[in-house]
Amino acid sequence: MYEIRIHSRGGQGGVTAAKLLALAAFRDGKYATACPFYGAERRGAPVVSFVRIDDEPIKIYSQIHEPDLVIVLDASIMDVVDVLQGLKKNGTVLLNSAHPISGCNGICRHVDLTGIALATNLVVAGSPILNTPVIGALAKMGVVSLPSARAAIQEMFSDERNVKAAEAAYEELKV
Amino acid sequence: MLTIATGNKAVAAAVKAAKPGVVAAYPITPQTEIVEQIAEYVTDGDLESRYIPVESEHSAMAACIGASAGGVRTFTATSSHGLLYMHEMVHWAAGARLPVVMANVNRALGPGWNTWAEHTDAFSQRDTGWLQVFVATVQEAYDTTLMAFKIAEDERVLLPVMVNLDGFSLSHITQALETVDIGDFLPPYHLPHAVDTENPCVYGPMTFSNDYFKFRWDIERSMRDAKGVIADVEREFAERFGRSYGPTEDYRCEDADVVVVAMGTLGKEAEVAVDLLRDEGIKAGSMRLRWFRPFPDLDLAGREVVVIDRDYSFGFGGVVAHAIRSKTGIEPYSVIAGLGGQEVTYNDIAGFVRDRRPGEEMWFGVSEHV
Repeated sequence: MYEIRIHSRGGQGGVTAAKLLALAAFRDGKYATACPFYGAERRGAPVVSFVRIDDEPIKIYSQIHEPDLVIVLDASIMDVVDVLQGLKKNGTVLLNSAHPISGCNGICRHVDLTGIALATNLVVAGSPILNTPVIGALAKMGVVSLPSARAAIQEMFSDERNVKAAEAAYEELKV
Repeated sequence: MLTIATGNKAVAAAVKAAKPGVVAAYPITPQTEIVEQIAEYVTDGDLESRYIPVESEHSAMAACIGASAGGVRTFTATSSHGLLYMHEMVHWAAGARLPVVMANVNRALGPGWNTWAEHTDAFSQRDTGWLQVFVATVQEAYDTTLMAFKIAEDERVLLPVMVNLDGFSLSHITQALETVDIGDFLPPYHLPHAVDTENPCVYGPMTFSNDYFKFRWDIERSMRDAKGVIADVEREFAERFGRSYGPTEDYRCEDADVVVVAMGTLGKEAEVAVDLLRDEGIKAGSMRLRWFRPFPDLDLAGREVVVIDRDYSFGFGGVVAHAIRSKTGIEPYSVIAGLGGQEVTYNDIAGFVRDRRPGEEMWFGVSEHV
């Protein structure tokens, strides 16, 4: 089972990213569940969502305490939340940032999702949309296939800029 | 069609397939997504139904009672305080023998204000004459909602059905969902005592004890008959759509020395705990109670039992533990866990089994044996 924890701020699309990722994994023929953790949500507050992907039906409903992959959609969260908590020894971190981070105990990757969203003009109510480009980055990392990533995005969003942003993130992420 | 959906969306999709003539509801977290989705179906023309956005849950159930008695299939959804607010009408729907189907997204009760999963809301309506079923997956939420209409409307039953799903832990999680073309699985709604304006009658007038008693017994007789109807409907569902359900979902119980009894998502997660325990050489099994009313006949003879209650009856004990004790004569190890959405993992559940003390009660996270 591959377990993913997504850190974001309320309104950034972390919950939708989890659903998109589950849908893409499902289109890959895997079992997947997306479980957002709902607290006292408000825009800008740190929020967390979970995705599990497996070849077998998933019976676990509790939170992910030892993720294989941690996704951080907003680097400023790292000042207030220990995003690396419980990360598996050979776990991976994917950070939305133009620059790498130091002090990460796993394999750290970074891609400028915000820059990609702005360049693609993928902005809603003044906020860059991060949940579709991040699926492209995850496809590059092999979490889901690129065709399934595209299919999932097209299933949930009609605006083609979402697919373009995902493809840009796929191209930009170095693996 | 194969897709992914949340538990709430799965319930709404089943309601769309069941084509109720009236849906009357009031939104409440974490149920809101169900009635939002149904309202959207109606607005978009995907469901021909009268959607009544009422001003309270009491009115929601009252509207369902009127519609159901008027001769149409009816649905509503609620949760927690909404369910409590409609309590008087919940009794009335059962007493009037109206096969209303209601989704209840299980949520804790305030104060303190808490929107996460707990079963106390459903158990507060345990003695109203409603059938109660608890589901644990998105697919099961869909399938059971469909079956609920058929069971409720069967002339041997004619009682309302409450489909319970855990708030957030199931209502808001996304899993695979296969929706089906239901064909003639649900026959047209037929209520033998439907209001007929050509032939006016009085409903629910002053009834003295002699007759009142008979009406009450008739509810119980139908509850007992409902067990067979549920089995028939679940069998037909399996034959038509390939997914089978029963009064309980048993996992590795055949040769188990100790059985975990739980409901909802905790009952599903218990299966993962069972696999862990089996690897350690502990012969564990899991029995997830699906139907709570009518209460199923359980075969637990000769086993130790660990009951997880996501509820509590103050001054007495866990509601499920009490039911197990009274129906099987077994003194279970009674674990109170998951109240108000408390995080309970499969590791925790395995721990309950390893450290079991039959006859005692343990509040998880409080660590005091009573």
